[in-house]
Amino acid sequence: MASPGGRLEFRDVARGAALTEALAARVTSLGRAPVSVMHVCGSHEQAIAKFGLRAAFPPELRVIMGPGCPVCVTDVPEVDEAVALARQGVRVATYGDMLRVPGTAGSLADERGRGARIDVVYGAAQAVELARGGEPVVFFASGFETTAVATAAVLLADPPASFSVLSAHKYIPPVMEIVAEMPGSAIEGFLAAGHAATITGWGVFERFVERHRLPVVVAGFEPLDILAGLVRLVEVIASGEPRVDNAFPRCVTREGNPAAQAALWRVFELQGGRWRGIAHVPNGNLRLRDEFAAWDARRRYAIDVAALWDHAPAALVAQCQCGDIMAGIASPHDCALFGRDCTPDAPVGACMVSAEGTCKIWHQYGGHPDLREIRRRA
Amino acid sequence: MQRLVGMCLGVPGRIVSIDGDIALVDFWGVVKPVRIDVVDAPVAPGDYVLNHVGFAIRRISPEDVADTLALYDELLRRAGAGDLMAADVRSEIDAAGSHDG
Repeated sequence: MASPGGRLEFRDVARGAALTEALAARVTSLGRAPVSVMHVCGSHEQAIAKFGLRAAFPPELRVIMGPGCPVCVTDVPEVDEAVALARQGVRVATYGDMLRVPGTAGSLADERGRGARIDVVYGAAQAVELARGGEPVVFFASGFETTAVATAAVLLADPPASFSVLSAHKYIPPVMEIVAEMPGSAIEGFLAAGHAATITGWGVFERFVERHRLPVVVAGFEPLDILAGLVRLVEVIASGEPRVDNAFPRCVTREGNPAAQAALWRVFELQGGRWRGIAHVPNGNLRLRDEFAAWDARRRYAIDVAALWDHAPAALVAQCQCGDIMAGIASPHDCALFGRDCTPDAPVGACMVSAEGTCKIWHQYGGHPDLREIRRRA
Repeated sequence: MQRLVGMCLGVPGRIVSIDGDIALVDFWGVVKPVRIDVVDAPVAPGDYVLNHVGFAIRRISPEDVADTLALYDELLRRAGAGDLMAADVRSEIDAAGSHDG
């Protein structure tokens, strides 16, 4: 299968080779295998798969994608709320990736097929523009804290009364605690997403390191940035003194972006909630504060989700491994549906729907992001 | 084509002019409005900023501009039509300018 990515090369081959060697040497000097680390960023996985980086990692190192796909972790009842609103005749605007995420009784795309008014927008601001016509518009908002900043900013800029938000926004730091504490978890450290930390600052991970004694290294998403971040992460693991380390200083500071944080926390507060396939995550959801109740779709509409719940899930859905894949326990190759009954054109689970989902990424970049897999499976 | 919601990539662009909370930003020759009310530092025309879903979130310091632009240049010029990373970047450019009416 030809790579849809076309040719894309390391910008500095010599440095790539040096970092690859350094990574192998650091992992070997740990003297044990496997060494498992996790990243929580769809773009990290895209870059790792696209550039075939796993083939350059030492065989003892396992780099696993965790819950880094906001669309994928949007829980079924949250999708149900949007579907129920659409069925009730309310106009819903959302990001394109959200359209095909399955709820209990189908997706927003299914509702659109039945005539519901569903708009795909690029961002919160565009949804506000739709509402300026006077017709009520609910923005079904997903994304991590970085994307929630944009939702917060439009709510702070005097949106029309016809606009409201159904927030499925999620906050990453608490879910790292859940994944770190999962029974049988062998994760020894986290690679944190560079541009997300642009907003939160790397200081946001200090409490996690203190509580869980696991290192966090902030890394960019270019192949060299990822390799450099992994070298640093393995060095910190070897030191036995967990800390937060910033391997992406050209973008990330300890404090982050104070203006964005101020907007985020003025509008949102943390609430516990389920992440699809993972667990109840205390403080994992971003919900609108009371002050913004007038723009909170959950408080403005009586959303009748129970009406959807007499539908049994389809048989294929029961076999979907998306939850275990997002928790880092399984890989797409452990799923019997992957690439056969579940493809980007006919996705069964959310991980195959979103461009940031592990399954879609592995499928898109050839299905074998680790060249060694081909040898093992041949 | 799928649209992004996550953000690890964002997209860099150069500020052409500023009017209140809105800046006109040049993305590889395409000029679009971007909100600058949550950017991390004061910005002026000529500055490069990193943008996500139509908002500037970081001023890119002049010495980092070339490094930052290089990957995006490569992604946009050399990636095939189905490429997920290039699609993310194009979606971010589309997201800018989605709030000018």
